[in-house]
Formats: sequence, C-alpha cells, structure tokens
Amino acid sequence: MTRKGLETQDLLLNMGPQHPSTHGVLRLVVRTDGELVTEVTPVIGYLHRCAEKIGESVRYGQFVPYTDRLDYLSAMGNNLAFCLAVERLLGIEVPPRARHLRVLMAELNRIASHLVALGTYGLDLGSFTPFLYAFREREMIIDLFEHVCGARLTYNYIRIGGVCADVDAKFGEMLESFLSVFEDRVRDYNDVLSFNKIFIDRTRGVGVVPPERAVAFGLTGPNLRACGVDYDVRKAAPYSSYDQFEFRTVLGRDGVGVLGDCWNRYYVRVEEMLESCRIVRQAWESLPEGPVAENPGRIRPPAGEAYVSVENPRGELGFYVISDGGDTPLRVKIRAPSFSNLSILPEIGRGVLLADLVAILGSLDIVLGEIDR
Amino acid sequence: MGILEGPPGRNVILTSLDAAVRWSRASSLWPMTFGIACCAIEMMATGASRFDWDRFGMIPRASPRQSDLMIVAGTVNARLALVIRRLFEQMAEPRYVIAMGACVLGGGPYARHGYNVVRGVDRVVPVDVYIPGCPPRPEALLHGILRLQEKIRGRTPPRDSGAPPGPGRPGASPEGRPPA
Repeated sequence: MTRKGLETQDLLLNMGPQHPSTHGVLRLVVRTDGELVTEVTPVIGYLHRCAEKIGESVRYGQFVPYTDRLDYLSAMGNNLAFCLAVERLLGIEVPPRARHLRVLMAELNRIASHLVALGTYGLDLGSFTPFLYAFREREMIIDLFEHVCGARLTYNYIRIGGVCADVDAKFGEMLESFLSVFEDRVRDYNDVLSFNKIFIDRTRGVGVVPPERAVAFGLTGPNLRACGVDYDVRKAAPYSSYDQFEFRTVLGRDGVGVLGDCWNRYYVRVEEMLESCRIVRQAWESLPEGPVAENPGRIRPPAGEAYVSVENPRGELGFYVISDGGDTPLRVKIRAPSFSNLSILPEIGRGVLLADLVAILGSLDIVLGEIDR
Repeated sequence: MGILEGPPGRNVILTSLDAAVRWSRASSLWPMTFGIACCAIEMMATGASRFDWDRFGMIPRASPRQSDLMIVAGTVNARLALVIRRLFEQMAEPRYVIAMGACVLGGGPYARHGYNVVRGVDRVVPVDVYIPGCPPRPEALLHGILRLQEKIRGRTPPRDSGAPPGPGRPGASPEGRPPA
C-alpha cells in the first residue's frame, strides 16, 4: 500500500572493496529502498592475479604453488585437483600411501577452512568469541601442516606423482592429540554459536535457496547440500582413495533452520567437520606402507586434455588442462566453486534487509582468490 | 634562563610532550580491517587467540577514518591500487603503512607473468615497514609491528646484530617519516 507523499527514493550504496564482511576485496553495489535491498550487483576483479594465464606460461610442476593461492584456505585441495589432472594426462599411478596422505591432508584442510568460515561468520553477525575459538583449533591443524611441509598456509605439499614429504611418528602424535579434543570443541561451537538464539534469529529463514534454483545456478559444496541436494564429488566420482572410506554426506534439513537458508548452510559446514574427522581417522589408521611419490620424470604429457574435479571446502573445484605435448600447458581452465556460489547472490539478495545481506554473503563462504583467479 | 629558552620545539617541555605523544601513538596503533588475499588469513591469525596483537594495543577498526595503520596484506593489482590510494588518503594523519608479503613488496610470484599486478605497493602509497614472506608468519608480522612502534617513538629500529638503538634518522619528521 503506497500513500501519497510517502514516495521513497532509491539509494545506491557502495559496499567494499574495503568492507569487513565482504571477505576480501569483493565490491557490492547495493540499491536500497530504506532498509530493503532492491538490487545487489557484485563487482569483482580486485584480486585478479592472472592465474589461468600463468598456467600457460610456467611448467606443470611450477604451476602447483600458484594453485595454493587460488583458494588460499584450502591449498591442499587445489594442489590435489591440479595434480590429478596432470597425472591423468601423463597416465601415471600414484602410490597407495601417497593417495591416503592426500586424502588425509585434504580433509584436515577442509576442517581448517570450515573453521575460518565459522569464525568469520560469527564476526559478520557480531559475535567475536567463536572466531577466537575457531582459530585456536585451526592453529593445531596448521601446526600439523607446518610439521610435515614447512608452510602454514601455502603448502605446495601435493606434487605431481605423489606428495613431497612423508609423515613421521611426531606427526601421528600431533594428529591424535588434535582428533582427541576436536569433537568436544565442536560441541563448544554449537553451544556458543550454532544454537544461540540470537544467531538463529539472524540466520533462520534468511536467504532461502530452493533446490532447483541452486542446481540451476551451479551451486556446489555445502551451499548446495544445505538445500537438500545430495551431491558430493567425493561420493559421485571418487578420486584419490575416497572410495575406501566411510563417511556421510551432510544435508540441510528443516528444523532449527529452514531448508536452504543461512543457518543450514552454516550448520552443514559444522557437521562436515565431524565427517572429515572420521575420514582423517580412517586414513591414518589404514595408512599403507611404501613410497610417497613416484618420480614422474620430465613432465611432458602427450597432447590431449583432462578435466578433473574434486570436492573442495567450497564446492566442486575443476581443472581443465590441455596439453600440446610441450613443457607448459596449452590452457588451464579453472572451475572455481566460489564463483558459481556468488552468482546466486543477486537473486537471493533481492528484497532482504541490508543487515541480512551480510548474513547471506557470509553464509555463502566465498574466497575472492578463486573468484577473480 | 628559564626552561622555555631556545626556539620552540627544542625545549624540555615540548620535547617531553612530544615523547609522550609518540609513546601514545605507538601504543595504540589501530589497524584497518582490510584483508586482500592469502596474507590476510595470516593477519587474522595474528589477531586471533594464539598470537593476539591486542597485546600491543592493536584494535582493528573497520573504517579508514578511525585507523592509524594500513596493513596491505595481499596482492595489489592495477584495479585495487586506486582503492588503496583512496583508502590511504581517507585515513587521518599520522598514518602508517605496513607492506605485508612478497606480492606487496614487489609482485612476488606474480612479478614475472602477472600482467596486471602492481610490482610493489610503494608505487602507490608510502610504506613504513616491509615484511617479506609468502605469506609472512604471524611472528614476522608482530616483528614488523614492533619495528613500526619503535619507528614511531623516534628511534631507529635496532639492527638484528644487536647494535643499541641510536637517535632518530637525520631529517626524519616527528612522525618518523615525511608527510605524504
């Protein structure tokens, strides 16, 4: 109902690239009518680092460190996807111990990444404590990575033909001390954030994505599974040695949240951390003996193409590598999950309150490094 | 012979006041929450529970108007460089810049093939402290912050060889560097 004399005027608001809740250098141009968002347009490109072009300029092995810097919260998964693609081009098999180690590291990295997502989502919604809790556990995982490969964030651990270093007994002790406390700590997160009334009020029923829209927009990962769509690359097309492990695909559901809303997107991540713990435990207990890498020799794949996708913390990460038989790839195309996940924001960000836009954006858990590439 | 003899700025009252101002500036450096890329994750880790930069008076502020320090944490490309310059100009003086990470120092891994990466943020804004690393460890960032605090206090940062802190560099302004 509009009354004469109460006509409102649209206000064009710029959010970012420097904004604490845009998770990096995303810029949103928001058209608002009072507190309501009538239109939101993401503007990207502030972190374009020429990754795909660099893929054509450097040798296969040299590109692995650049994949670390795509989605810098899950560097292990990025390494893995690119190495799997090159290995398929080369037609080489990776030793079983290396396959197990790859899964173990990728799952630990998933936990570390989801912890950042959890902590910063709390920050976005005005709760500082979960951030400190999440980073406390994240540091334990970072210590594990640092022990095995020397880096805290950009690991370059998974190489073409295997992994770069074997694990030792000290690693096992650190891993077990992490696993022994982590599940209890997840209960803490649930107490302080997930089932906090204020948090539920901010996220329940906000930014609901219907399952068919999620599929149409190419959403993957926790954002898709929160809508109740059972799709996980680890189950649908198992790579490395995921087919040997038992784990559950976590799906969103009606209950505390509504199917496909911000709360479900958040909570799918929390439960996925526990599932990742299960996989890590299985991989560690069944770690086979043997070498951790096969020397691929000079990496010069025969002419051809390969597309490999893996389940990264943010969704399906795909590498499409074309070789012309030379030392460098002819083309490296990266299918970045955050890019597709962000594409739904203009649709679900329409008609919401300005404060809810922050909740929606945070729940999508984007990383600008792989959106801009 | 009163204590106020001599040109202004050189007497005991004003220099003592100046030292107090510098001390307070150095002890409450408020950085802007502006993460760009991978280094921002290490910056967050520095602010989180294990490293806790609150110990050094660092309280992140969301607005450039309220912050004293910009930590450029991540690759700066041609498009972002304009934003960085504008943010720097929006900050109130005295303002300081820490360049964190190889990309910000000189392009880092993107220096050779990255066609739009700015080879060093010091082409855009004046930089006080450079921290190398890809990404630098939180300890390195804390080290850089401590060096910046020493610089603000007007002392030349002590060298790692263990040389004692000397007097301020000749020609340095009270803020430790010439105004932009």
